[in-house]
Amino acid sequence: MAERTFRVWRGDAEGGEFKDYAVELDRGMVVLDALHLIQAQHAGDLAVRWNCKAGKCGSCSMEINGRPRLSCMTRINEFGSDELITVRPIKTFPVLKDLVTDVSWNYDQNKRIKPFKPKKKDADGNYRMMQRDVERVQEFRKCIECYLCQNVCHVLRDQDRKDAFVGPRFMIRVASLEMHPLDVEDRVPETRDELGSGMCNITRCCTDVCPEHIQITDNGIIPMKERVVDRYYDPLLWLLRKITGSGKKKASIDSES
Amino acid sequence: MSVSELQTIEHDVLVVGAGGAGIRAAIEAASQGLSTGLLSKSLLGKAHTVMAEGGVAAALGNVDSRDNWKIHFRDTMRGGKFLNQWRMAQLHAQQAPDRVRELEEWGAVFDRTEDGLINQRNFGGHRYPRLAHVGDRTGLEIIRTLQDFCIHKGIDTHMECTALDLLLDSDGKVAGLLAYWRETGRFVLFRAKAVVFSTGGGGKAWRVTSNSWEYTGDGLGMAYRAGAEMIDMEFTQFHPTGMVWPPSVRGILVTEGVRGDGGILLNNKNERFMFDYIPERFAPETADTEEEAQRWLGGDRDARRPPELLTRDVVARAITREVKEGRGSPNGGVFLDIASRRPADFIRRKLPSMYHQFKELAEIDITEEPMEVGPTLHYFMGGIRVDDDSQQTCVPGLFASGECAGGMHGANRLGGNSLSDLLVFGKLSGDGAIEYANTLDSLPDVDEDRVQELMRAATAPLNREEGTNPYLIQEKLQQIMQSCVGIVRNAEDLQKGLDELEELKEETKTVKVHASAQYNPGWNVALDLPNLIITAEAVTRAALVREESRGAHTRTDFEGERDEWLQYNVILSPGEGGRLEARKEERKDPPEDLEAIANATLEELEAENDG
Amino acid sequence: MAQEIGGHSTSFASTGRVDRWWVEPLVTGAGFLCFVLYTTWAMFQASHYWSEAYLSPLYSPLFYIDQTAQGAAPLAHAWFGEWPRWWPAWLPPSPAIFILAGPLAFRMTCYYYRKFYYRSYFATPPACAVTSYPQKKYKGESALFLFQNIHRYTLYIAIGYIVILSYDAVMSFFKNGDIMHGEFGIGVGSLVLCVNVVLLSGYTFGCHAFRHLVGGRGDCFSCSAGKEHLGHKAWKQVSLLNARHMSWAWVSMIWVGFTDFYVRMVSMGVFTDYNTWD
Repeated sequence: MAERTFRVWRGDAEGGEFKDYAVELDRGMVVLDALHLIQAQHAGDLAVRWNCKAGKCGSCSMEINGRPRLSCMTRINEFGSDELITVRPIKTFPVLKDLVTDVSWNYDQNKRIKPFKPKKKDADGNYRMMQRDVERVQEFRKCIECYLCQNVCHVLRDQDRKDAFVGPRFMIRVASLEMHPLDVEDRVPETRDELGSGMCNITRCCTDVCPEHIQITDNGIIPMKERVVDRYYDPLLWLLRKITGSGKKKASIDSES
Repeated sequence: MSVSELQTIEHDVLVVGAGGAGIRAAIEAASQGLSTGLLSKSLLGKAHTVMAEGGVAAALGNVDSRDNWKIHFRDTMRGGKFLNQWRMAQLHAQQAPDRVRELEEWGAVFDRTEDGLINQRNFGGHRYPRLAHVGDRTGLEIIRTLQDFCIHKGIDTHMECTALDLLLDSDGKVAGLLAYWRETGRFVLFRAKAVVFSTGGGGKAWRVTSNSWEYTGDGLGMAYRAGAEMIDMEFTQFHPTGMVWPPSVRGILVTEGVRGDGGILLNNKNERFMFDYIPERFAPETADTEEEAQRWLGGDRDARRPPELLTRDVVARAITREVKEGRGSPNGGVFLDIASRRPADFIRRKLPSMYHQFKELAEIDITEEPMEVGPTLHYFMGGIRVDDDSQQTCVPGLFASGECAGGMHGANRLGGNSLSDLLVFGKLSGDGAIEYANTLDSLPDVDEDRVQELMRAATAPLNREEGTNPYLIQEKLQQIMQSCVGIVRNAEDLQKGLDELEELKEETKTVKVHASAQYNPGWNVALDLPNLIITAEAVTRAALVREESRGAHTRTDFEGERDEWLQYNVILSPGEGGRLEARKEERKDPPEDLEAIANATLEELEAENDG
Repeated sequence: MAQEIGGHSTSFASTGRVDRWWVEPLVTGAGFLCFVLYTTWAMFQASHYWSEAYLSPLYSPLFYIDQTAQGAAPLAHAWFGEWPRWWPAWLPPSPAIFILAGPLAFRMTCYYYRKFYYRSYFATPPACAVTSYPQKKYKGESALFLFQNIHRYTLYIAIGYIVILSYDAVMSFFKNGDIMHGEFGIGVGSLVLCVNVVLLSGYTFGCHAFRHLVGGRGDCFSCSAGKEHLGHKAWKQVSLLNARHMSWAWVSMIWVGFTDFYVRMVSMGVFTDYNTWD
């Protein structure tokens, strides 16, 4: 394959600029391969995060021609042969150097979510859950924490409301706990009050960029918003709770039927 | 900079490496109330554990109630060609079920059986369906569960922090470790009573590997320099099925689950060649006709297993031979076909990440076409030598677990035994570290001169006027190991490899890195090189010493297993003049009870479940 | 555009994207606007909403009927009778005025509509990875837009409309819409009305709130009895519809407009309705 030019943002928190690098490409290469070639041949200090190189660890998130992508899963042949490929670090988190950003904020958010609290085991020491009951949660647990959804979420990206919203990744983290058949913890109040479910205006960019194709909005955030509605904004259910005296937080179908 | 000005962090227990074993060790230490630090070379949750696909082996007996720990133990010993440390294999098989159930208590969501229990799948070398799994992303499930659990345990996680070298006190016991932050390039001194290494292997020394940049044998190099021994280093596992095309992803893993779920291996003549490679030892348990293999897949409990599910070393060698004799696929592998064996929706449901991996990286739809696969360096059976129970090395206060520790898997590791290994021994190493740390009243003193010396050495590549590009040295190393220390080895190649490694060591002394220390991958590569080269040399020397073919170690000049070698492990330790020395060491006699289990018939072991 | 750290600009609508990202918000925004304009126009017509046996969905249910209007339904179809005298003269006597708020509220609070109109009309954000319209202190749906949480009530209303429109569809098979005495027949208009009900049902019963209510609100479908709960089957079915909620939203909306248009044209004599009565 031919030589190709890549325009890569180089710099740090103080400032920087785009630099062009020409590299000789091999068949089937992805953008991360090109960056590695640039490292080996032109700029040994080009900072890039990567690990598995197979779309499983979620380290190599960046913006390629303006689209938030995993660079290890972005094949170069999907671009036109004369199209310039521009690579930027993700926008939402502070740049450390070149394509590497400080994503530690995300790790702090995870700590704010109440941990898993299982119910009692069955008499034989096992937990029993049916496959059909765990599939919903398993979808969320596919998350590889690439933070592309956090990056593209305009609440964090443009409106700078990291103080009010934990972002899509942690909304599905809450969903994965709340919908866990074994979990008995209640996280609905903080989902509204602290984690900021109301900040999401369901414009679905998180779902669009998810490399694991998790239906973040439809299966995670919206159901969580609906659970908040159950608790706070539904007078009928409120009345029902008053009458039946059930202060129980988990609207388990079984326990109510 | 003087040592007193250096950023200093103090812990009772410092765990190096935040893969499954490291996090599990840290959880153990922290749950006992010890101040625990967790050092991670990359971000938390990105370690190679996430790449593990097939599952975690544990004799839960949920799918086939005939299973029990003794059969798991027996399978492990047979897979390891009886070179495993008996006690470790025993602890592993006994404790794995509890470690798996514990994960479920911490929120892991494994796939379920019809009865709602943890489902288990078949895998190479395992007699019964034994691998608890979540589709083909079991490793992700495990590391995320551990990660989410550990953040509430008061563990101090130090991310993107690379360890440079261990520090010992004047008595020779562990006192801490010097590291640097990748972000800034600044040094940081960790003082600790006990250090646990869970740093993984050193696959990055090979060109075709499933390992990422992180796997540079850091723990092996550091432990060796501190005086620890390595064991079984000649046994490097080549996973039979790595991707071979496109070139840039060569080596990336294709899970054994593909074969477990019915995938078959074909050569370019469309022959199911594995039937020609069934070793005598496994013949009684392996199907010899396609018809029987098919029945097994259909769930017939009396049928024997398909030959594709033989141990990894057997399959990897078979593929190598097919390719060498001209029966390979266009890109130098063989075909792995599941498309013709299973319906498309089954494949997408059971192997979703394989489906996407091939779709997106190779533009191949595995529900329609066969994959092209070939062997890829995957795992080190060998590693730092530790005490069977406490996981302590011969350096007081230094512990090791996970891939960087050796002895558990012997000559070959069964698929699924690595995830159980890291859970079982991660915990045990945490326990060992706690017990040791509790015997010390205060933090041991650090040798400040040594710290200065280490910092000078680390910054030297930045200060040189000119020198060699570290990426080039790494590439050379990979070439050497790929060509001289591959799946099949001989004395001549190995010696050539050693000679070239010597040259490379010299070259490493002149490595030059451009720009500053701040998040500089070039510098990071340069600093990893010494550990990677020690690891490479250890493998090569051990391979030269073991004059037989056993498990993952194949010598063309010494074909077949030799009984006398069953008595020995190869031990590597610092010898005279700072040279790496490899020696045969006679194995202890196995405990009688374990020996009896290993040699028992399946019927005898299964019978115990009826009690 | 101001280049900032990382090569990103923070000014409104700036982006590194090189594709035509503005096409989607523009097309969807304009498409919906067209529908709103048409329905508003149709509502104020106050005429030609009835023909033979067909009632325009924009006018159903008929609370009051002004029989002097051209193309008005027979008085028998009015729920409350003759058009009220107190009606202000400046407002056309259109039955649609009473009822359009219901479906409108359902659609305006719909989780899909919210996506596209926040994008198209509020530019928060205009498209993915395109800088959204800057607000001093963005509050999402936690303040002014808190009303979006009434979506499930509008769902209850929308289900009511499904019942009413189903009745209308049945009615359309009888001459003069007289189910008791009218001659049975089939016209193109009957089919148009039936398709309308099917599409609206696909949209309404694939609603996120409905999906939550039928089963999504539980954590476990089979934990106590160990058997599959009925709610799970319902939830799975609703989930299938829900996955295509956007398509249902558009197709059903366009078809509602078309149904009104068809009835109107037949009523005005522009179209000839092929049917078994004539």
